[in-house]
Amino acid sequence: MAGEPVVQGSLRNRLVLILIGGAAVLAVFLFLAVRSYAVQVAQRGQDNILLASVTSMLDAASFRDGVAEVDIPYAAFSMLNTPADDRVFYAIYQDSDFLSGYADLTPLAIPSGGEASFRTLQYRDTSVREVTATRTLIGAGQRADIQIALAQTQDALSDTLDQISRNAAFMGLGFFALAAALSFWATQATIGPLNKLTTSVTRRGPQDLSPFAKPVPQEMAPLVSSLNSLMGRLDQSLSQSEDFIAEAAHRVRTPLATVRSYAEATLLRVDKEENREAMRSMVKAIDESSRAAGQLLDHAMITFRADHLEREDLDLVELVRDLVQRLTPVAEMKDLSFVLRGDDTAPYAGDPILLQNALRNMIDNAMKYSPADSTIDIAVRSDPSLEISVFDQGPGFPLDEMETLTSRFIRGRNADNTIGSGLGLTIAQDVATAHGGTIKLHNREEGGACVTLSL
Amino acid sequence: MKFLLVEDNADLAGAIASRLKLDGHVVDNAETLEDAKAFVSTGDYDMILLDIMLPDGDGRTFLRDHRASDLDTPVIVLTARSQVSDRIGSLDLGADDYLTKPFDHAELEARCRAVLRRKSGNARVTIETGGVVFDSVAGSLKVAGKPVNLRNRELRLLELFLNAPGQVFSKQKLADRLFSYDDDVSENAIEVYVGRLRKHLEQSDLAITTLRGLGYRLDHGG
Repeated sequence: MAGEPVVQGSLRNRLVLILIGGAAVLAVFLFLAVRSYAVQVAQRGQDNILLASVTSMLDAASFRDGVAEVDIPYAAFSMLNTPADDRVFYAIYQDSDFLSGYADLTPLAIPSGGEASFRTLQYRDTSVREVTATRTLIGAGQRADIQIALAQTQDALSDTLDQISRNAAFMGLGFFALAAALSFWATQATIGPLNKLTTSVTRRGPQDLSPFAKPVPQEMAPLVSSLNSLMGRLDQSLSQSEDFIAEAAHRVRTPLATVRSYAEATLLRVDKEENREAMRSMVKAIDESSRAAGQLLDHAMITFRADHLEREDLDLVELVRDLVQRLTPVAEMKDLSFVLRGDDTAPYAGDPILLQNALRNMIDNAMKYSPADSTIDIAVRSDPSLEISVFDQGPGFPLDEMETLTSRFIRGRNADNTIGSGLGLTIAQDVATAHGGTIKLHNREEGGACVTLSL
Repeated sequence: MKFLLVEDNADLAGAIASRLKLDGHVVDNAETLEDAKAFVSTGDYDMILLDIMLPDGDGRTFLRDHRASDLDTPVIVLTARSQVSDRIGSLDLGADDYLTKPFDHAELEARCRAVLRRKSGNARVTIETGGVVFDSVAGSLKVAGKPVNLRNRELRLLELFLNAPGQVFSKQKLADRLFSYDDDVSENAIEVYVGRLRKHLEQSDLAITTLRGLGYRLDHGG
């Protein structure tokens, strides 16, 4: 039989991996983009407030009694209030001399033409945003450059950023989940026609070699058309070999039948004993060759059918009864009678043609080795397991040959005077094996052989 | 009996026909399905022997038409194929039995008899002589009005004697007719069957005479 295909990778997995991997990368980008934009917007917000605050402080600077003074308005600080209670630091310089505030907060150089400059720095073990702005006071012949550095911790900002990050992450995840679902769906839709084709190939009966007629997507058309042409060739070669076997059998058997009929007719007319003996040997040889040919063909057919077992529901008792009816005229010629025992019905799902052939060979065997005027018992039992036994009153099997009798072309030692090819029990054995059963041989205590087919 | 043999191989047809004629049967031979139909429509046959592979078609189509036209002449299919499926196909189409070529003539006879026995509506051929009534199809024998049970070989032995009264049969000739060729037959066995038959015929006017060194003969008036 055909070997298992070598499987490497999976189209479905590959598609799903590519689509989901792409979705994941896109989701991460989305997250990063949203987050960095949010950082910019939040920073700008804080900067604007800081600038407004420092501007209002500078506006409050004036000369009093000839001394530059900054009277910090309440609003300058209150506008810096945040839900996270961020701390605020400031330092006021006049012409680079420290005036008041935190002396360790250094101002920043302001680029020429600029209004203020910003930076983020580590100050007193925490991250702060610092703005520096200047104003030139002119009055009463005096002139002073007031420079104010204002810094605020970033707790509220980082809270906001955390929140925005979380939302962005949720958004990324949602996007990813949606894209993943979409990629599964797309994969399914792409693989679907392939699966359909596979199912329709597997569902076919072993004898069905007709081409596929159902529409397939454009990309699969070359595959299906080569499959169809392969099946066409297979069908042709199968039917050719079947025709050949039938034709060969016909060509061989028809002249054999002619020779046999003439030999028999001659035998009835001839009186001389030597001539009669010769005619008898001739008929015997013809029988032997035709039976061998028949069993070889049966064996070939059984090997073929066993590979593609076609099970159907049948009643074994009915099958046996038909066979017995069919074989009765032949048995009567030898004054043999059949006795059918056992259950009234034995339902089973199997290949009727194979089973019939196996049983026929078992009964044929029994008939061949039975003495005249004897009985062949056939018992069908469905409980506890399905068993069909054929008992005869012949010489039985030689004890040391029981193992080998079911092998091809082996015949029993006491078969010298009977015609056979040695394939009968082999066929029965092959049929049993194809159905997952066994053939058992044993001799009865009261004499005679018993062959049991268990299914 | 009147046979219609549908067989295209002239040699085989001749051989089968000559063998059947030896037993006193009448045989018509049709070589094509066309001929066979013509024969069936004009003659009244007891039995049709039908080949499957014929030059102008499949014997099974003939079988189907034959059954469809309500003719109940029994048909035995002669097939050269041995595939069981083929055999089953013929039986499903209404063949009464089938035989695989080459066949044993005794088996053909046995099957004809079995088929005719099943179709019990047919007219019987009975032989009445010397106080016995013998029906070869039903296999029944009445001696002095009482039915006697015969085994198959006793029946065939009696039929041989009744069909050729006064003829001498050697033991070997009887053995060739009663046993198949793969049986190992001793002359003793023939004596046993002749002995049994003698016992059955005790109450009749028939007797089987032993002719030393020659064989047996059926005589009237014992």
